[in-house]
Amino acid sequence: MTAPSELLTTRNGEAVALEKIPRHDLAAFQRIASGAVEGGQRVASFFGYDAGELGGIDLLMVLANDEDGQLNILSTSIEGNSFPSMTPDCNQVHLFEREIAEQFGVRPEGHPWLKPVRYQASWRPGRDAWNRPGNQPIVPGSGDFYRVEGDEIHEVAVGPVHAGVIEPGHFRFQCHGEHVFHLEIALGYQHRGVEKALVEQPAKRALHYAENLCGDTAIGHSTAYCQVVEALSGCRKTVRAQALRGIALEFERLANHIGDLGALSGDAGFLPTASYCGRIRGDFLNMTAVLCGNRFGRGMLRPGGAGYDLDDAGIEDLLTRLEAGEKDAASAIELLFDTPSVLARFEGIGLLPADVCRELGIVGPAARAAGLERDVRHDHPSGIYRFAQLPLPTWNSGDVFGRAFVRWLEIKHSITFIRDQLHALPAGDVRAVTGPLKPGHLAVSLIEGWRGELCHVALTDAQGKFRRYKVTDPSFHNWAGLAYALRDQQISDFPLCNKSFNLSYCGHDL
Amino acid sequence: MINLLVHFVLMLAMPPLLLGVINKTKALFAGRKGLPLLQNYYDLIKLARKDVVISQTTTWIFVAAPVISLTGIVMAGLLVPLGPFQSPISFTGDLILFAYLLAVGRFFTTAAALDTGSPFEGMGAAREVTFACLSEPVLFFALLVLAKMSGTLILGDLLHAPLTVGIQGAAASLVLVAIGMFIVLLAENSRIPVDDPNTHLELTMIHEAMVLDHSGPLLGLILYGASVKLFVLSAVLLHILFPFQSGYALLDWSLFMVEMLGVAVAIGVVESIMARLQMRHVPYLLIAAILFCAFGFVLLVR
Repeated sequence: MTAPSELLTTRNGEAVALEKIPRHDLAAFQRIASGAVEGGQRVASFFGYDAGELGGIDLLMVLANDEDGQLNILSTSIEGNSFPSMTPDCNQVHLFEREIAEQFGVRPEGHPWLKPVRYQASWRPGRDAWNRPGNQPIVPGSGDFYRVEGDEIHEVAVGPVHAGVIEPGHFRFQCHGEHVFHLEIALGYQHRGVEKALVEQPAKRALHYAENLCGDTAIGHSTAYCQVVEALSGCRKTVRAQALRGIALEFERLANHIGDLGALSGDAGFLPTASYCGRIRGDFLNMTAVLCGNRFGRGMLRPGGAGYDLDDAGIEDLLTRLEAGEKDAASAIELLFDTPSVLARFEGIGLLPADVCRELGIVGPAARAAGLERDVRHDHPSGIYRFAQLPLPTWNSGDVFGRAFVRWLEIKHSITFIRDQLHALPAGDVRAVTGPLKPGHLAVSLIEGWRGELCHVALTDAQGKFRRYKVTDPSFHNWAGLAYALRDQQISDFPLCNKSFNLSYCGHDL
Repeated sequence: MINLLVHFVLMLAMPPLLLGVINKTKALFAGRKGLPLLQNYYDLIKLARKDVVISQTTTWIFVAAPVISLTGIVMAGLLVPLGPFQSPISFTGDLILFAYLLAVGRFFTTAAALDTGSPFEGMGAAREVTFACLSEPVLFFALLVLAKMSGTLILGDLLHAPLTVGIQGAAASLVLVAIGMFIVLLAENSRIPVDDPNTHLELTMIHEAMVLDHSGPLLGLILYGASVKLFVLSAVLLHILFPFQSGYALLDWSLFMVEMLGVAVAIGVVESIMARLQMRHVPYLLIAAILFCAFGFVLLVR
């Protein structure tokens, strides 16, 4: 283990002064970081920011110690146009390093697969890690892809425009007949520049940026954002607000998990559950609308608490709807798991074993389906989750079945959680006042969204404005997991594997 | 003469209705209202009025294939008797022509798919041909059983064998053949558990993947041809399943139509209660179908 002075230890939703963060030279930074990862910690976030007048860039890493519920922070700085990559020693940072290379135009030398992440222009004009001309637009998905050579090898390209109404992404398969050797995924089509737009905030608009980071995780991302603001302003939110936020977050999880199970059923060609779950998902979205008037939970969260309160009639209404929804979901989903032909499609497909999950830093249901006990609500509880624990369901198969079944277990636990909270909703205000943000501070906020860990990190400048705002969506970790899970699979099983992860394109592309 | 006319009208007009019945059955199981029964007719009319977009990489095969496939399947339909009535065309050995009229359609559909140069279409064509290799023997074994029973090689007469010769002594064989033929019916018409006609996921498609680039009237011909194929193969299966004859033409025709709709309902039920097979398990199902029919033959000649 590393000595305490090498890392600054903090907790989820706490603010720390920037100058307290230990600063190492690059070699020591990389040694400490890979040592910590080897010791079981996880890279929750790793990003660069402008060092100021010197013109270099600083790198900051947030390591999550899930066992002790601690977050460890360390930083370094790099000068010049390149730095030695640490990916060969620590696979978890592979995409973070590509992101740093893309955003700041510095080259991680020795990176095994240095390609752009989002095909965006560098934030520092004139510096580009790939020496692309600055006056031409960058086309997502351009450049070389990994290729398998051979007479009988063929390449299948899918996307970015897909047959269904889904987001754009490009998938390149290297196949031998029906057998997939390799899948490479190119994203970036949805890049909007949210992180950059959040610099110089918080203004009123910042919350809406957070809500729209990823449309199906509006509550998750806005909770993470609010938690950052509350940590940096030292705001004490009320218990009632925290309970309401927890209820909203679990409703979001319920709607999405039920929708996912329906979609999985549809992709396996099993129609009854697909149809029923489509409807039941709508019922749960409507419950979120009872909370705040919007089916996707927009407007539910406010820094300092919640945007809407729930009266007794609302609680009654929700309890009635919840009971009906629970019954419908149980009958539709149990039918899915009781049908042998469905299980034959789910079991043993899209394997992502626990050691690979650990190596790649996979989060959320995908990690739990492989047996990893990884859940922010359990490991780094904040808000209501400090008072009300949810059981942590895991499965040991790491296949499509595991990812589906863990979702079903989570659905059951979330319904129980919401019912308990509604029955014992604490009294009090729903919103506290948030003051100005502390200057020169950093706050890390982790939330277990329905896909997995959402990590928001904010650094404030001397005026208390955001100097850098870093968002890490679970999809950022997990897309690599999907690519891995497709190895040695049948190409016809790709849609099923893809749906079992159901990752976000815009959450990744930001 | 009247019966011939009814044969033509039913074979050309009824097939899209079968798809409508399948869809309605599936909707009922899923608790939905479902498409209108006649939606497939509306779709065909809509497609007929549309323009065609043709890729520059394609040749005449791409345009000819839908026409040739439809012609092949309609001609095959003229060799198959409907219910207890006689088929419009029949001669000794026409069962071989029947099998290869179906194969000609498939050959041109796959050729047109390869013609586009799209990886999806190539993948679909490879799958279609692979599975067809396994469903063809099922058909031949089934016809062999009936030929043995009736002692003739005329398709029209041998399909009537359960009716004319009687099922005594061959009941076990016929049950096995019926199971095998039902599996082929599902496989050849790209139904669940072999293929999913509703999917929009190119990577999982078999038949649908081959026609992704067709549009307008050409697509209409393909969809219509597929429904005629469903009708013709169902008619073959019905000879084995329901060998009845009342002697009254009107009653027999009505009975035949009811039976036909019954097959559509059965397909809808199968599609509702089970998921698709993994692609690599489809051959197992088809080999099982071959074995059913082969054992049916063994039982008959032992």
